[in-house]
Amino acid sequence: MDLEKTARNIRINIIKQIYAAGSGHPGGALSAADILTLLYFEVMNIPSFTDENRDRFVMSKGHASALLYATLAQRGAIDLSLLPTFRKLGSPLQGHPDMNKVTGVDMTAGSLGLGVSAAAGMALAAKLGSHNYRVYTLLGDGELQEGSVWETFMAASHYKLDNFTVIIDNNNLQIDGEVDKVMSVYPLREKLVAFGFDAVEADGHDFSSLRKAFAVASNLNGKPCAIIAKTIKGKGVSFMENNADWHGKAPDKEQAALAVKELGGEL
Amino acid sequence: MMIATREAFSQAIVELGRKNEKIVVFNADLAHATKTYEFQKNFPDRHFNVGIAEMNMTGMAAGMAACGYIPFVSTFAAFGTGRNYDMIRNAVCYPNLNVKFALTHAGLTVGEDGATHQMLEDIALMNALPNMKIIAPADAVEAKQAIYAAAEINSPVYIRLGRAKTPVIYNDSYEFKFGKADVLVDGEDVTLAACGIMVAKALQAREVLKEKGINAAVLNFSTIKPIDKKAVLDFAKKTQAFVTIEEHSLKGGLGSIIASVTAENYPCAVKMVGASDTFGESGKPEELLEKYGLGINDIVSKALEAVNMKK
Ligand SMILES: Cc1ncc(C[n+]2csc(CCOP(=O)(O)OP(=O)(O)O)c2C)c(N)n1
Ligand SMILES: [Mg+2]
Repeated sequence: MDLEKTARNIRINIIKQIYAAGSGHPGGALSAADILTLLYFEVMNIPSFTDENRDRFVMSKGHASALLYATLAQRGAIDLSLLPTFRKLGSPLQGHPDMNKVTGVDMTAGSLGLGVSAAAGMALAAKLGSHNYRVYTLLGDGELQEGSVWETFMAASHYKLDNFTVIIDNNNLQIDGEVDKVMSVYPLREKLVAFGFDAVEADGHDFSSLRKAFAVASNLNGKPCAIIAKTIKGKGVSFMENNADWHGKAPDKEQAALAVKELGGEL
Repeated sequence: MMIATREAFSQAIVELGRKNEKIVVFNADLAHATKTYEFQKNFPDRHFNVGIAEMNMTGMAAGMAACGYIPFVSTFAAFGTGRNYDMIRNAVCYPNLNVKFALTHAGLTVGEDGATHQMLEDIALMNALPNMKIIAPADAVEAKQAIYAAAEINSPVYIRLGRAKTPVIYNDSYEFKFGKADVLVDGEDVTLAACGIMVAKALQAREVLKEKGINAAVLNFSTIKPIDKKAVLDFAKKTQAFVTIEEHSLKGGLGSIIASVTAENYPCAVKMVGASDTFGESGKPEELLEKYGLGINDIVSKALEAVNMKK
């Protein structure tokens, strides 16, 4: 499995979807492409997307829908030909993921802070039913500002959800600018440890670094795990990198062509 | 001319800020989308971006109001009436604190972001709250005046604003009167009672009805709470038939409010145009209005039904 190539294809399909839709959120989709690549092509156990015992993934930062769809398409859950319908009337590929419209989307999301709670509920269901599936969820670092996220963290350690892994896409940008300037969420690792988590930092664009972090997560030691993935918002497209302006804006034709070219593809 | 009502809010709040130093603005990581960044640029000390934390934003606004400030809370209508409902109820409305909710991105015309962001239940939620007032301006001209009017009212006010650019129907001589419906066009066969962006559509539907020999009145119920009972009853008596028109759920919106006034005081035909117990979806604003039964043709056919019900 060539993970680099897979991640590149996913990034290309993120740009293509958002360009075709004329709207969407490229920055936060690109920043987590490597994380989802590793999850879906190495870490998660998904015999089929309807298997009751499959590992679950919840895209709590639901605006990164283009990333989830591109990844599911790469995994064969979504037909590639559907991607250009993203955000269009009647498409199953809603602006924010809808679990009733796409097999492979484990939870509906879009209102920030909700997905992580539902993911913890799925982990609790696994414990209650003595299933050994694991639950992974991806949060934005701005999303951490929602108070209910910390209620979830409290509950996850209280219920000893060691089958629960929270990945924080730590690109340090939200819509209105840098997270530490808008409303600081730091220090993160210390806070998560205080909430009872195994908390590890990783380079969110380096598979071997992420791999080590997921190995910590797989410990069944009675503690949930949080991976603080250091990322670059807009990663892979030079003019989108580290630029809050590309949080929720579609590229025009020229920009899309340039972006896809930088990623080694063709529009 | 097409201007989004959120744009009008942006301008009005800056002017208010200039006149009254008790005006403060709260925002939850959407300073650009809600356009409070203009206020932020002008009055950085009085603009608070609390991060993505609508519940805390509402509670802090209540505290500022308790200390004599006039906070305008701003985010999307979905998150600013839903996520923080208990804070609005128990920290703002119950103590009757002077907090304004200037919330943008109401209704289906949010477009591509889809159901999670397309708020269709906000009027129902806010209407149920004691002490809350509700204004849903029809265009940018009215939105500006609604913001000024809200600042003068010493209690919680919800101002419902949109994302999309929509037609401007009023000229600068228009005077918004809180609590009063505006009779845009008189008529005797049926009353088209609309709010928000649907007022412009009602005006267009009226022209189609005229060709069919029906003379419809068009009323702008921009103040939704308290509803202008006198206007409802005057036109109930005059036309004997209503079509209510709103970019909101039929459950608990303008239609329900008007129907409860007529049902109790002067029963007459009431037909409703709005979203029918459904969430929205991704699509272009105009496509969505058509798909969810909010097109001009829908208004026309409901008006014909209402006229028929009279007989
Ligand atoms: C409850 C809620 N409030 C506000 C929004 C609007 N919104 C969408 S994305 C976003 C910023 C997210 O920033 P972050 O979590 O850091 O995401 P990333 O940088 O990974 O894209 C905001 C405020 C929302 N979707 N939900
Ligand atoms: Mg971020």
